[in-house]
Amino acid sequence: MKQPIELKVNGESYAVEVDAHRTLLEVLRENLGLTGAKEGCDLGTCGACTVLSDGKAVLSCLTLAVDSQGKEITTVEGLAKDGKLHPLQQNFVDHGAIQCGFCTSGMVLSAKAMLGESPKPTAEEVKRGISGNLCRCTGYTKIVEAVMATVNMGTDLESVPTKGGQNG
Amino acid sequence: MDKYSVIGKSVPRVDAVVKVTGDAKYTADLVLPGMLYGKILRSPYPHAKILNIDASKAKKLPGVRAVIAGQDTPGKKFGRYQDDQLVFVDQLALAIDKVRYIGDEVAAVAAIDEDTAQEALDLIEVEYEELPAVFDPEEAMKPGAPRLHDHAENNVGLVLLRHFGDVEKGFAESDRIFEDRFVTQGVTHLALEPHAALANFDAAGKLTVWSSNQNPFPDRAQLARALDMPEGRIRVIKPHVGGGFGGKVEPLSHDVCAALLAMKTGRPVMIVLTREEVFTATRQRHPMIVNLKTGVRMDGTVMAKECKIIADTGAYYGVGPNVLATHGTILTLLYRTPNVKYEGILVFTNKQVCGAQRGYGNPQIRFADEQQMDMIAEALAMDPEELRIRNAVQSGDITPIRSRIVSCGYTECLQKAMAKTGCVQKRGNLPANQGIGIAGTGMSSGSKTYNKPFSSGALVELQEDGSVSLFSGGSDIGQGLNTIMAQITAELLGIGLEEIKITVADTEFTPWDQGTSSSRATMFAGNAAKLAAADARRQLFEAAAEILEASPEDLDARERKIFVKGSPGKAIPFVDAVRAYRAKRKQPLLGRGYYDPDVERPSPDGEGNISPSYSFGCDVAEVQVDTETGQVKVSKITAAHDCGFALNPMAVEGQIEGALHMGIGYALTEEFFREEGLTLNPTFLNHRMLTALDMPEIESLIVEPVDPNGPFGAKEIGEGTLVPTAAAIANAVYDAIGVRIKELPLTPERVLTALEKKGGRE
Repeated sequence: MKQPIELKVNGESYAVEVDAHRTLLEVLRENLGLTGAKEGCDLGTCGACTVLSDGKAVLSCLTLAVDSQGKEITTVEGLAKDGKLHPLQQNFVDHGAIQCGFCTSGMVLSAKAMLGESPKPTAEEVKRGISGNLCRCTGYTKIVEAVMATVNMGTDLESVPTKGGQNG
Repeated sequence: MDKYSVIGKSVPRVDAVVKVTGDAKYTADLVLPGMLYGKILRSPYPHAKILNIDASKAKKLPGVRAVIAGQDTPGKKFGRYQDDQLVFVDQLALAIDKVRYIGDEVAAVAAIDEDTAQEALDLIEVEYEELPAVFDPEEAMKPGAPRLHDHAENNVGLVLLRHFGDVEKGFAESDRIFEDRFVTQGVTHLALEPHAALANFDAAGKLTVWSSNQNPFPDRAQLARALDMPEGRIRVIKPHVGGGFGGKVEPLSHDVCAALLAMKTGRPVMIVLTREEVFTATRQRHPMIVNLKTGVRMDGTVMAKECKIIADTGAYYGVGPNVLATHGTILTLLYRTPNVKYEGILVFTNKQVCGAQRGYGNPQIRFADEQQMDMIAEALAMDPEELRIRNAVQSGDITPIRSRIVSCGYTECLQKAMAKTGCVQKRGNLPANQGIGIAGTGMSSGSKTYNKPFSSGALVELQEDGSVSLFSGGSDIGQGLNTIMAQITAELLGIGLEEIKITVADTEFTPWDQGTSSSRATMFAGNAAKLAAADARRQLFEAAAEILEASPEDLDARERKIFVKGSPGKAIPFVDAVRAYRAKRKQPLLGRGYYDPDVERPSPDGEGNISPSYSFGCDVAEVQVDTETGQVKVSKITAAHDCGFALNPMAVEGQIEGALHMGIGYALTEEFFREEGLTLNPTFLNHRMLTALDMPEIESLIVEPVDPNGPFGAKEIGEGTLVPTAAAIANAVYDAIGVRIKELPLTPERVLTALEKKGGRE
């Protein structure tokens, strides 16, 4: 039986009717058309579905949509502002941290949540912070580099877009 | 000024922005109006006859639009083979009389949503008669073992015999002979994107399939076979693909079922496999038993190798026959070996099918050969590196099976890795329970084992606004092919990467390409793009020469200008030259490229140069072993790889780092656990995929012997690096604790057992 709920995603409100068992991932992808969050396992083991809920990384495949009411949900689609990539996104691009891209949105959001809690992590802490997000393409090397490049910029990640990176 | 403007630079990939913003669409992200959702019913038994299928209840469930079983399909088998190999074509979209593994496809449903489709599966009543099953390949070969296929006596699907030189003579001339048995496990690809297919069948009888695959053109041919339809009525499109690693080389049942359900319902049908299905009913790397015998002189010269392999292919052939055939190349690729004998046996068991996986049989062979090389070196009191260098193939060599080694940086890779790691000095001298090990690799840049034609095509159109459209059938599955092709095209036309617009991997709009497999993409699709861009450049220079009053061969292109070499002031903008060409010749400016090198499918005796070039390399692993728990921790891997000219060093490093993730997992953690054919660990967690915390420090050493056949001298990089990882780690473990483990993965249990055998824990 469907029930009406209101979700706030990337700063916009959405009124949708969903069955109580629908996951946040399903509703984001199927009802709202936000397909940046991916379903890699549907078991909470891969992290590809990671989104932010009130700034904290959550596995949207294990989160019920009805439980997300009243939260500020951020998906990867909500990171770039005014046509400019978020510094983490830009560093992922510049440092070669993206190959197939299927883990990327979850990876970026996990990194963002981690930096929100601990803005100056060591590389080892970054690895721990993204250890719930699996990647088969990169060996994580360039992902850690991209996050560390963001850390080392030492700027306010919410406001300052930048080029970043050494490659090009 | 740099020799090149765009190539040889670590530029970000052209699809990075759409991927990092979530814009990039993968197959499962697509939606068509009226789309239905498909699900597949699979066999719960490892081996059984199908007596009856009753779908009447499922069909009555509200929301169900179609249910199909074997008798509703054309019943045509498909598989990735040419017409002279039809004996190996043994896959049905849905089983007709018999199922051969837990997961074999039995029926398929299309419904208005996934939940309804899933519910409908539970309502299909299938009556089975269980048959005895066999899971171990050596058991399967014994007389009286349960038989999977009528055509395969003792479950032997294929025996390949290869003999070059005279091994008996070679062994007779050897001072020492070494004989060992190695065992490797099955692992799955662990691509993050589950397999998916969306099919649409229009009123005019045209089928379109969007599929997470590695090669749309060969897939189209297989779909045509399975659907009994002309290829021309089928269009296959590859959207963004979330990793393949060989696991998406073959079309699978879900591709065919999506098409059949779309044809039956007249509605688009999407099938996305669950992660459990990907684990249990797609492909895996062949588990192998490798018996290897090598004869050497006291000075270390390899005189003969004899290799007998038992490869467990699971319930069907898959690409097993080709993996087996490729071994002939692999076995003789790295070390000069005058006398070689190879026997490969492909065995059926009641397990999921084996297929292509990054390395294609190579990791199994190298796990054996590279450990045995270390054992030989120790017995001869030589450094393992010295033994390898003494026997290493060199540029200009032609191997016994006639592989032509046109460029070879193997020795250089070994020397660079030795210098960087100090492995020779460290070996035997590290603190207790620490060790260092080396192992080598060789890999084709595309291997023509069966596909025909084995070519790639590309088209380049120079447009009125000065931008350039590149059309390629090549498949970027995440490795970065689109970026490489764009870099090549931009370099030749003297324009920026951002001015290249790419249309790829669509059988309707892009030229034929055999796809991404056997590390062929840069060599083949890259060369096709290069030829197409060069063809466009030639025509453009003819038009520019008329304006500049110069000879076309005196022109060059750079920074959006066509100029006379040596007189950069004598120039016209690129866009003006394009417009002049179109205005004067009244034709679109099209460049055509087709790369179809002179390579051979192996003869029945196994001879033939299957690739335009081969790459080489080595891994040096540094490990620490906990002798209490048996856990092996890899602290660092240094990978030297001869990739030819690195078109994009950042992308090359990315390939090396990703390959090592796969190689270390293969060495230490990844494996299937099964009981009576039932997979017990169909999850990332329990298949033990490495996390960021599990990865060691990685150092990539790019060795660049410029290859005469590669585009600007580039060759393979995607597969070779993971090939030696397991052996390098096993050799390092031996250095650390003095036990030789010949079975993968090197789990704590195996390490502790080996230590106990050696004489108790230390």
